[in-house]
Amino acid sequence: MAELLSQPFSWLNLIIMVSAGVVVLGVVLVFVMYAIYFERKVIGWMQLRNGPNRVGPWGLFQTVADVLKLMIKEDIVPAKADRFLFLIAPIIAYTPAFAIIAVIPFSENVFFADVNVGILYYGALSSISITGILLGGWASNNKYAIMGGMRSVAQMVSYEVPLIMSFLGVVLLTGSLNMKDIVAAQQDGMWFIIPQFLGFVIFLIAGNAELNRTPFDLPEAENELVAGYFVEYSGFRFAFFMLSEYVYIFALSSVMTVMFLGGWDAPFGLTFIPGGVWFALKFLLLVFYLFWARATFPRVKTQQLMGFAWKVLIPLALFNVMITALFKTISQAG
Amino acid sequence: MDQIYNNSYLFMAIFLLLGIFLPFATIWVIGPFLRPHNPTKEKISTYESGVEPTGDAMVQFNVRYYLFALLFVIFDVETVFLYPWAVAYDNLSSFALIEMVIFVFMLAVGLAYAWKKKVLTWD
Repeated sequence: MAELLSQPFSWLNLIIMVSAGVVVLGVVLVFVMYAIYFERKVIGWMQLRNGPNRVGPWGLFQTVADVLKLMIKEDIVPAKADRFLFLIAPIIAYTPAFAIIAVIPFSENVFFADVNVGILYYGALSSISITGILLGGWASNNKYAIMGGMRSVAQMVSYEVPLIMSFLGVVLLTGSLNMKDIVAAQQDGMWFIIPQFLGFVIFLIAGNAELNRTPFDLPEAENELVAGYFVEYSGFRFAFFMLSEYVYIFALSSVMTVMFLGGWDAPFGLTFIPGGVWFALKFLLLVFYLFWARATFPRVKTQQLMGFAWKVLIPLALFNVMITALFKTISQAG
Repeated sequence: MDQIYNNSYLFMAIFLLLGIFLPFATIWVIGPFLRPHNPTKEKISTYESGVEPTGDAMVQFNVRYYLFALLFVIFDVETVFLYPWAVAYDNLSSFALIEMVIFVFMLAVGLAYAWKKKVLTWD
């Protein structure tokens, strides 16, 4: 990709770029399908069940069948809904989730946009999905949906702040917002999970809350709100809400791998294994963590949830930034 | 170097457009051929656990949510100010740290005030 980026514009290059984007789209969609399968299997095993095992060998085609089923389901728009907003809300939720992936480097050769505002772009775009969720909840004109949407927004904006702040320690250590530079800095020194362990833990918790996943899945608490903000959605519009959640898992785990686990950097000098494989292993470990957390923790209460973000995570994140800056100043002076 | 920048932003635009294209293609172009379209009165009524829906859901909502939104704006703007400081930290004098401590302290006072006023607790 490096040579493609440095070439002047030509139509052939544009076609190559678009096909690269289409390939990524395909990879992400396959990831989403098998992440859902993997999640159901893992949770099944943790609860001493089998998980999906009927469609295809070991149930491997279960999600494919689900997607096909969703495609041929009727797309119902409630009569009392705000029609236009109802129709575009899933797209507003999904589009930024996919657009983020452009700035994430996957190995020394596989990266797309090499910009010096990578992390800022991630933070800015990931906030837009919240709008889609709020619009979906409000436009449905359904009591469950608006409560789910409101809870979701309150939760996501609260955890957005510590999430974005937890990057700052890494930014201080590298002096760059470019994700490739961040990986390069970790290849020279150590992975940022060690000097930025507090930041990593904050990111892990806030990221889980940002994804609206158990134990922070109050917005879609099924036993009180039925399904939260997408109660009224059916068919493929519902699928796009689900898709955006899993594309976010992809994006968030990738960013976490890049920021704290050294990206494609090989540990213990095992460089004969290609960087892409290392990236995939670290990435899958984080994805597994999300599913593991879902199978393990009970759902928290609303008052615990919001209090935790503002009273614990944000002060801790600010403390982490200031301590990192202080250490940096001391080490430069000494 | 400029070329890398232009191509990078082109890539970001392509990803954004692909992100818009997929839902449009599947929902509006391919979808109508695959799915039935047969809305009945019951089907398009609002779902309320099988009971006749009463009233409207677009009502004035609990003000607590807006307080969190306001707090979010303050702290998000703070984070936006912290970012350039963190990027340029190597080139700044050590006084930059003291300045930022003062800035963060003032916001921390605001957070403590909100905490004291019980904005952060949800009863």
